[in-house]
Amino acid sequence: MLEKALRGNKSYFTWIGFLLVLVGMGFSFYLRQLSFGLGITGMSRNVSWGLYIGQFTFLVGVAASAVMLVLPYYLHNYKVFGKITILGEFLAVAAVTMCLTFIVVDLGRPDRAFNVLLYPTPNSVLFWDMVVLNGYLFLNIVVGWTVLEAEAKSAPPPKWVKPLIYLSIPWAVSIHTVTAFLYAGLPGRSFWLSAIMAPRFLASAFAAGPALLILICLFLRKYTKFDAGWEAIQSLAKIVTYAMIISVFFVLCELFTVFYSQIPEDMNHFRYLFFGLHGHDGLVPWMWASTVLAMLSLVLMINPKTRNSPGTLAMGCVCVFFSLWIEKGITLVLTGYIPSPLETITQYHPTVPEIGIVIGVWALGFLILSILYKVALTVKTESV
Amino acid sequence: MDETRRTFLKVAGLSVLGFGAKPVVDAVAGTGESKFERDPNALNGKRWAMVVDQKKCLNAKEGCKECVLACDYAHNVPDFGNPKDEVKWIWQTSYEHAFPGQENPYIEGFVKDSLKGLPFMVLCNHCDNPPCVRVCPVKATFRRPDGIVQMDYHRCIGCRFCMAACPFGARNLNWRDPRPFIKKENPEFPTRTRGVVEKCNFCAERLDVGKIPACVEACKEKALVFGDLEDPNSEVRDLLRTHPSIQRKPQLGTRPQVYYIL
Repeated sequence: MLEKALRGNKSYFTWIGFLLVLVGMGFSFYLRQLSFGLGITGMSRNVSWGLYIGQFTFLVGVAASAVMLVLPYYLHNYKVFGKITILGEFLAVAAVTMCLTFIVVDLGRPDRAFNVLLYPTPNSVLFWDMVVLNGYLFLNIVVGWTVLEAEAKSAPPPKWVKPLIYLSIPWAVSIHTVTAFLYAGLPGRSFWLSAIMAPRFLASAFAAGPALLILICLFLRKYTKFDAGWEAIQSLAKIVTYAMIISVFFVLCELFTVFYSQIPEDMNHFRYLFFGLHGHDGLVPWMWASTVLAMLSLVLMINPKTRNSPGTLAMGCVCVFFSLWIEKGITLVLTGYIPSPLETITQYHPTVPEIGIVIGVWALGFLILSILYKVALTVKTESV
Repeated sequence: MDETRRTFLKVAGLSVLGFGAKPVVDAVAGTGESKFERDPNALNGKRWAMVVDQKKCLNAKEGCKECVLACDYAHNVPDFGNPKDEVKWIWQTSYEHAFPGQENPYIEGFVKDSLKGLPFMVLCNHCDNPPCVRVCPVKATFRRPDGIVQMDYHRCIGCRFCMAACPFGARNLNWRDPRPFIKKENPEFPTRTRGVVEKCNFCAERLDVGKIPACVEACKEKALVFGDLEDPNSEVRDLLRTHPSIQRKPQLGTRPQVYYIL
């Protein structure tokens, strides 16, 4: 079936070539990081996780969002999603692959990565994250591929795949819950030490992931023969709207607790984030950009008129996606470190090689996504 | 054809199983004898701890950093000369950074006048309930029965989860190759590679040969006192009995084992 990815028009191959160039660029920066060490990045003693782990956290959410298609389709027999469930599953495959790649590029000793398997440590949340992420990758590859293959042969999917589909539903919730627990269980990092972290992660995931899917569907509708169906896109848009409202509500809950209790240690992180602290304000423009985008997205998504028109819907989805990308991909991880538990402020500025590696990993994800989508869409459009 | 393929798979499967089972067999059927004999002079403690008597620092000459220098030499701690890559095991810091959240407008004056504004010595607290050990995905950092929180530099994957978990900023990653930045190499202690985490080890390697920690030995004013908290006659117990003491961030429940007398 993979051979279907080898046939395409000129723009398809230009796109693949473009992604390959970016992957190659990222890889050459990574070789430099391998020989120099992580000191080549902007990370430091006080801010010891940066863009890599931020992207990882955001993409776990994108991966988990596949469940927003799988659940209505398979549990509630919501047929409208039948055409695009595979897009959700393959998006999950690409996103989890990016997650795992970001973890590997973040390791100080990637050559020892398999120590996690050699010395399994159940008391470490990172160990469980490895288990659930790899499991989720496996589930989505197997389920997506098997169902698609059956469709290509105009046969019903084999019976054994059903239990795997049902398993993938709670599994999607687990990957983002466990990822939130990486942060939410650390004493001395009050910015992360919040019971609402996992629910917040899930809400923002179910907004950002489907928003990306809507954008992809709108793109495919316009430029290819594949039409997801307007009803499916509208249903997705409603999911994005509710999830975004809940996500913003959860953030407001955090702000209330922190600022009404007035515990200085807890407030200082949010102060740094929104207003700057002791003259340091590196994240302030980012945070306000995310806030403005979130507000704008709510206006565009809640209003039925703007939600029902492709142009404004696309704008709304772009706002959702980038608002949450800033929140989880940049500010969430960094602010946990600023100020440090010893009340010192070290700012973080990603370096050129670091940004190059980040772009390379994203390009790798989009490469996988493009190839998988090419296969899926060829099957879908040929079988019609 | 099929037969040979099946045979191959069988052999391959059995081989994998065999290799996988070796550590289990070793653990169950291995001889109980230890191949390693402990130094008869080794110091044995049930709960190692340190007391920092800040007033004793008053007698030291200005700008004294003997303990830091002794530690840096003993453990081949590199000096990168910039805060971004910095590696430090024991260091000096001001009251508000050593005890954040425990400031009040008058303690500042007390530190300034009665303690001459001298910095506080901070290091790994060798917590009884260490969050760094809890989060490590490969058991590269672990708590020994005598309370020392130790690192295995050969197992660490450099994920830095422990650095996020430590509320005392005691942990360092080697952001780059540390070896060119070691001022004077001590052949008695291993140097590290880039990409692994390191921190104070309460001089476990010195205790094993009957020596007290390097920083404690280097302090001429005896401001640093090391000993066994389980021994009621130890110097540390005596100091804690006769002086009021504080710990860093005790409210976090990590049970730090470095005590401060102001």
